[in-house]
Amino acid sequence: MKKLFYILWGVAFILGSIGVAQRFMYGHELANYGSRVVWGLWVAMYIYFIGLSAGAFLLSSLVYVFKIKMFEKVGKLALITALVTLLCALLSIWFDLGHMWRAYEVITRPNLPHSMMAWMIWLYSAYFLLLIFETIYAFRIESGKDDEATKKKLEKRLRILATIGIPLAIAFHGGVGALFGVVAANPMWHSALTPIFFLVGAVASGSALFTLIFAFFWENKNSEYYHNMLKMLAKIVLVSVLFDLLLEWAELSIALWMGTPEHTQGYRQMLFGNYWFVFWIFHLLFGVVIPVWILAIKKNGLAIGWASFLVVFTFIGVRLNIVVPGLVAEKVHGQALAYIHPRLAYSYFPSMMEWLVGIFIVAFGIGLFYLGNRYFKLTKDTNSIKA
Amino acid sequence: MDNNNKDNNDRRNFLSKLGSAVVAGALLSPVVSTASDLLMNNEESVEIKDFKGSVESFLGGDYTNIKLKMQDDLRRALKKPMKERKWAMAIDLRKCIGCNACTVACISENALPPGVVYRPVIKEEIGMYPNVSKRNLPKPCMQCEEPPCTEVCPVTATYKREDGIVVIDYEACIGCRYCMTACPYEHRMFDFGEKYSDGLPAVAAYDNRPSFEYDKEWDRKDKDSSPIGNVRKCTFCTHRLDQGMLPQCLTTCIGGANYFGDLNDPDSVMSKLVSKLNVYRLKEEMGTEPKVFYLT
Repeated sequence: MKKLFYILWGVAFILGSIGVAQRFMYGHELANYGSRVVWGLWVAMYIYFIGLSAGAFLLSSLVYVFKIKMFEKVGKLALITALVTLLCALLSIWFDLGHMWRAYEVITRPNLPHSMMAWMIWLYSAYFLLLIFETIYAFRIESGKDDEATKKKLEKRLRILATIGIPLAIAFHGGVGALFGVVAANPMWHSALTPIFFLVGAVASGSALFTLIFAFFWENKNSEYYHNMLKMLAKIVLVSVLFDLLLEWAELSIALWMGTPEHTQGYRQMLFGNYWFVFWIFHLLFGVVIPVWILAIKKNGLAIGWASFLVVFTFIGVRLNIVVPGLVAEKVHGQALAYIHPRLAYSYFPSMMEWLVGIFIVAFGIGLFYLGNRYFKLTKDTNSIKA
Repeated sequence: MDNNNKDNNDRRNFLSKLGSAVVAGALLSPVVSTASDLLMNNEESVEIKDFKGSVESFLGGDYTNIKLKMQDDLRRALKKPMKERKWAMAIDLRKCIGCNACTVACISENALPPGVVYRPVIKEEIGMYPNVSKRNLPKPCMQCEEPPCTEVCPVTATYKREDGIVVIDYEACIGCRYCMTACPYEHRMFDFGEKYSDGLPAVAAYDNRPSFEYDKEWDRKDKDSSPIGNVRKCTFCTHRLDQGMLPQCLTTCIGGANYFGDLNDPDSVMSKLVSKLNVYRLKEEMGTEPKVFYLT
């Protein structure tokens, strides 16, 4: 089993590296997005990973802020998950930039307070720093090197950081949603519900990722703790997935009921266009119906783990369905035929290079997490701190 | 015989509709009569004879060509400080024949690569084949007075110049493409660094032609040299304007459908044209205050 994992990871990493090499050698030439569908797989991956990070981080706050005893043993696991997925998100968006080496400008010359993207970048930079410090403190306390007084001081600092982290995580991921929400030119994105939808999606996908890791990799699977914890996590995933579905229904039904073409063109593409199966099969069947059914009736670790895997894996479909259908509708009637060129087409499917870079990012994340877990032994029962 | 009957029926339908319109009109008399007066006047001005007269009336003096008058308007405006100018374009849709000469001239002037176009012409067919009519709508950047695209840029790489033209700092743009999503007219384009001769044995010389936008020579040396990897847009040819020349699309237009000038100069051709009633702008309801006016 372990051997198979190594082989698969190795293949994914090599294939991914080919994509990354192509990206560096040919720039954006091999990508399939254009000047109409301006964002594609990598932006979807960015909001996907950043959601996973915010979700995992909010779970970690259960121990470091709310002192829920049950989560004590998994606090650091949640923090490392948040850190790794954040790095994956940053990598995704970095590959997407037209000028990768100018990325530092977002810090040196930000368009504040006007640009929501600038806000988001500053908020997640703050979140990144906070996450690093919080992780360092959490590990330091655990190490047992300090005397009781220093330990207390560190614990207090950790709690303050984690407390600041909650509004920060909500603000930065809400900010990612707002980045889309404020675009008045795009009626599909321009909704007050968009940032909320992002946040709930973050909790659903982030907690599912955490549950998946816990279900499969927790070493002591026979303990009572493992089963109780899984039951608790399963409930969190179930409720958040259903709440996410409710928000999705709200957004879709309001838009489609009146059916104003400008507002519904994107949704119609999403539901009945060429890629209808991403919504109906990939997201709704495999991402909601099946996992909800499993989580509601099955109580064993393996089933909960697989249900969570389905939620996490298919959530990229939700993210793609925010980015792409919002861009496949003409904003000025007749534009599609005004000048014919593949870069000006109102359709999109990721190119091989885009997929390969995507695989690289996932392999990078899994590799980093694997190393972290091996080094810090995050999934060991003994590993706990007194919150 | 059948045709005659059909014609008669059509005529009858038309007359009965006209009759109902007249009755409705009588009921709403003051409002409708004013509106219809305006409409009638407007329609009269569509006649080519009258229209020519109306353009000539702007010329005055010794001008025999309206483009020369606009060039003088432009040079007069350049003597003012930049912030006192407000450049605008008007496109007479009655004169546009949809030849795409402006599209091509713009591509040539700005050395645009494949897939980047600053001035597409939207051609809309109205009616069902073979009974169709056609409308052409050239679509440069609207140079909005309230541009949504500049607001969203995370690094202030795109901004509105003092004379109202929205520009991009090619050396600062990070290529995130957020501005492209924010433009309600989908005007902005991304330069993927493609070449017309891609797939051919050798790179054609014209593919390496530099662009002279923003008064600078932009070589396409490698995939990282701007404007490759940047967002690009129509600038009303600022590099020409600042030298006292009209935008390339205007000078190329074979039908003379384009007008350009300073809105802050009441004597300019531009100001006189857009102060008439037969003017509309795209998506005015968004409040972006476009500075491209369509004459109808």
